Amino acid sequence: MAVSAQTTPSVRRARLRIERRFTPSRVTQVVAPLLALVLALLIGSIVLLALRANPITVYRAMVLGAFGSVYALEETLVKATPLLLIALGLGVAYRMRVWNIGGEGQFYLGAIAATGTALFILPTAPALILIPAMLLAGFLGGAAWALIPGLLRAWAGVNEIITSLMLNYVAILLSEYLVHGPWKNPQGYGFPGTRELPDAASLPRLGTTNIHLGLAFGIIAAALLWAVFRWTRWGYEIRVIGENVRAAHYAGMPVARNIVLVMLVSGGLAGIAGMSELAGVAHQLQRNFSPGYGYTAIIVAWLAQLNPWATIVAAVLFAGLLVGGDQLQMSLGLPAAIAPMLQGTMILCYLLCTEVLRRYRLTWTRQHTPSASAVSALAE
Amino acid sequence: MASEACPAVEMVTITKRFGDVLANDAISFRAWAGEVHALLGENGAGKSTLMSILAGLYRPDAGHILIDGKPVTLRSPRDAIRLGIGMVYQHFMLVDALTVAENVVLGAREHGLWLDTAKVSRQLRQLSEQYGLPVAPETPVWQLSLGERQRVEIVRLLCYGARVLIFDEPTAVLTPQESAQLLTTLRAMAAQGLCIIFISHKLREVLAVADRITVLRRGQVVGTVAAHEADQRELARMMVGRDVVLPERRTPATPGPVLLTVSGLHVHDDRGRLAIPGLDLTVHAGEIVGIAGVAGNGQRELAEALAGVRRVARGSIRLGDRELAGRPPRDFIAAGISYVPEDRLGTGLVGGLPVWENAVLRAYQRQPYAQGPVLRRPMIRRFAEDLVQIYQIVPSRVDVPVGMLSGGNQQKLLLGRELAQHPRLLIAMHPTRGVDIGAIEAIYQLLLEQRAAGVGILLISEDLDEILALSDRIGVMYEGRLVGMVPAETAEREQLGLLMAGIVPGTTVTASPSASTEQAGW
Repeated sequence: MAVSAQTTPSVRRARLRIERRFTPSRVTQVVAPLLALVLALLIGSIVLLALRANPITVYRAMVLGAFGSVYALEETLVKATPLLLIALGLGVAYRMRVWNIGGEGQFYLGAIAATGTALFILPTAPALILIPAMLLAGFLGGAAWALIPGLLRAWAGVNEIITSLMLNYVAILLSEYLVHGPWKNPQGYGFPGTRELPDAASLPRLGTTNIHLGLAFGIIAAALLWAVFRWTRWGYEIRVIGENVRAAHYAGMPVARNIVLVMLVSGGLAGIAGMSELAGVAHQLQRNFSPGYGYTAIIVAWLAQLNPWATIVAAVLFAGLLVGGDQLQMSLGLPAAIAPMLQGTMILCYLLCTEVLRRYRLTWTRQHTPSASAVSALAE
Repeated sequence: MASEACPAVEMVTITKRFGDVLANDAISFRAWAGEVHALLGENGAGKSTLMSILAGLYRPDAGHILIDGKPVTLRSPRDAIRLGIGMVYQHFMLVDALTVAENVVLGAREHGLWLDTAKVSRQLRQLSEQYGLPVAPETPVWQLSLGERQRVEIVRLLCYGARVLIFDEPTAVLTPQESAQLLTTLRAMAAQGLCIIFISHKLREVLAVADRITVLRRGQVVGTVAAHEADQRELARMMVGRDVVLPERRTPATPGPVLLTVSGLHVHDDRGRLAIPGLDLTVHAGEIVGIAGVAGNGQRELAEALAGVRRVARGSIRLGDRELAGRPPRDFIAAGISYVPEDRLGTGLVGGLPVWENAVLRAYQRQPYAQGPVLRRPMIRRFAEDLVQIYQIVPSRVDVPVGMLSGGNQQKLLLGRELAQHPRLLIAMHPTRGVDIGAIEAIYQLLLEQRAAGVGILLISEDLDEILALSDRIGVMYEGRLVGMVPAETAEREQLGLLMAGIVPGTTVTASPSASTEQAGW
């Protein structure tokens, strides 16, 4: 990938070239996302131009659709809530290189457990009891679902990527069974969903907006995780195990037990996301309860480079992309595929930029004296 | 050596930079056909970088190369081979499942689609006769010892027409006898007109084999001397830039009571084979027990078992009067066993984490570094800063990721960390491998100080000089057994070498059937 600068024949070559980087740089951590954004917008423009749409109009509409009004902002933050909670949980596992892909299923199980609690276990309890109970149920539901791949990985060496992914389908089918079968609302006109939850099961909202307490759960969880990673022995163990398992064994760290523990926390947070989506937005368990939050959250976790605070930003931005993308379809009549296309491009560019910039850097190599024209060519 | 003719290899003002590190700083180097030219220097002096440039693996940032007086550009190892330059690396590039001849064919892509192994076999036989390098072309590589594999690498390069052969620390994997044999072969090859470049940091070897010696320090040439005019002291000074005296065990041991008693130890290796089939060992307080042996004879398994990191299949490990076999690793740490593993970055340290976090890797759950579940960061940082200061670790900032420290500094950190916990028993495996002489000096001193302080030390090393310099008692590991434990005063290099090769003096060479099948594994 060496880029040769145009020079006059009499002058030895001065080259711009890419070489391996041996020291990671903090600057690139800021530059990479910006570069990725520009790159993605450029690539997106090509596609949009091919569709005879003005890229600037489109991008403007997206930004306005996501952040341009109180309503848009509300919508974005509501969508960011489940993404944030799930991504935080996934981040815990990923830090230890435990690849939990089961956020979606754990989200469903959290919602199922919370629904069961509200409808059948404590249907008449006041909010002060019911909501904490649902929260606990949501956590336990998600954690239990994650426990299966966790235990299999820790004690039998079964690849958790496969098991956690497959359990997503099981969880989705379980919820389908419930909403079509035993938990189906008898007054639902055949619509696949449970009865509405009791009023006491609704999460408090911020003023008159749709933003609910789930967002606070997410921010509290981020703060807690940050503190745990930074200040506790357990956080240290996770860091060491994630970086070097052999060293962890050498240090006497209980690796298998920690695999199970991170899966529990990971699944538990996804379960809380399911509970908060249920109690804050849907108020009933229904078909297609999640539009793939569990998968999108994987991307959010990586965009944030597994940092809890950055996860908040990434979740909001990504939710903005979802909301803004929906706007395109409605307001500009563009194909529905445009939004996911742009999302995909952005992620791809981001991953490429961070990886490449983390490992390589650009340098000038000069052999003998470059001519003035070579220097000016390089300056461009 | 025909110095009036043009040199076989001439490298002119070669400069190579890795990130901020100037590995080669305008190095000029010449070697002639018919000579063994040693490239001497500490780790990180730039020897391997320079030779990797000659072998086409790296491209220089500046400078140029002439082969037989003609300027060349080496874009890849294949370019280098085409020009007759070949390198024998420390890690052999052979496919275990294939035969020797097949391995040779594999590398020679010019042969086209047809694998003419018969022709290659003939050529191999002829070359191995010519240079006194016995190889059996039809033998699968997995059946060969490391020394034999090395011969295959050499013959393979000759087969590709190499006239300049570069050896990167070739004796590191060999027994003393095999090393001696290799050095003889190198002389023979030079006598037949090949140009041999020999990278090493072992002064004794270099003086034994080389015609001329070029010394590098910090990426620059210190000088080139004729071997017959040089001595060890002089070379060490050139390498390090000051006088170096490696401390030796001078006072006889005053061993205290028995500290460690190992009996009937059975341990499996990673592949589930019995690597240690019953081993007995005692270590007293205040003595250094040296364990010599060629790599892969169960040393790692022994060290890991004694450190509690590897499961013990059968047998007993007693420290004082505490039975530790079958206990979790934490109990070994708590009992006062410190362990310096052979692969610093693979096991002993976490490369991506900063110095300060690595400083408490095996003590993080204890007071004063932890209070309940909470890690006391300020306390840990202060401790790490002390370590960095006491052991003069460079760079001195504790926020630097450990992976960016040099091998010597990593080792000092690792050793310092293990010693800081006031161990009763220290297991040190290859404590000076890949470490420069200055750091070796410091590490020897530390080990001797610990011995004087009453710590029992088990020193496992492939370096006989090191074992002989430091140990009070010396044993050899061969196929998982500990043979010939003798007091250091009566130990002889020659005899240890024979034991390392599995030859017990006074007995005829008969390998037991079980031993020969086990050997087949590597």
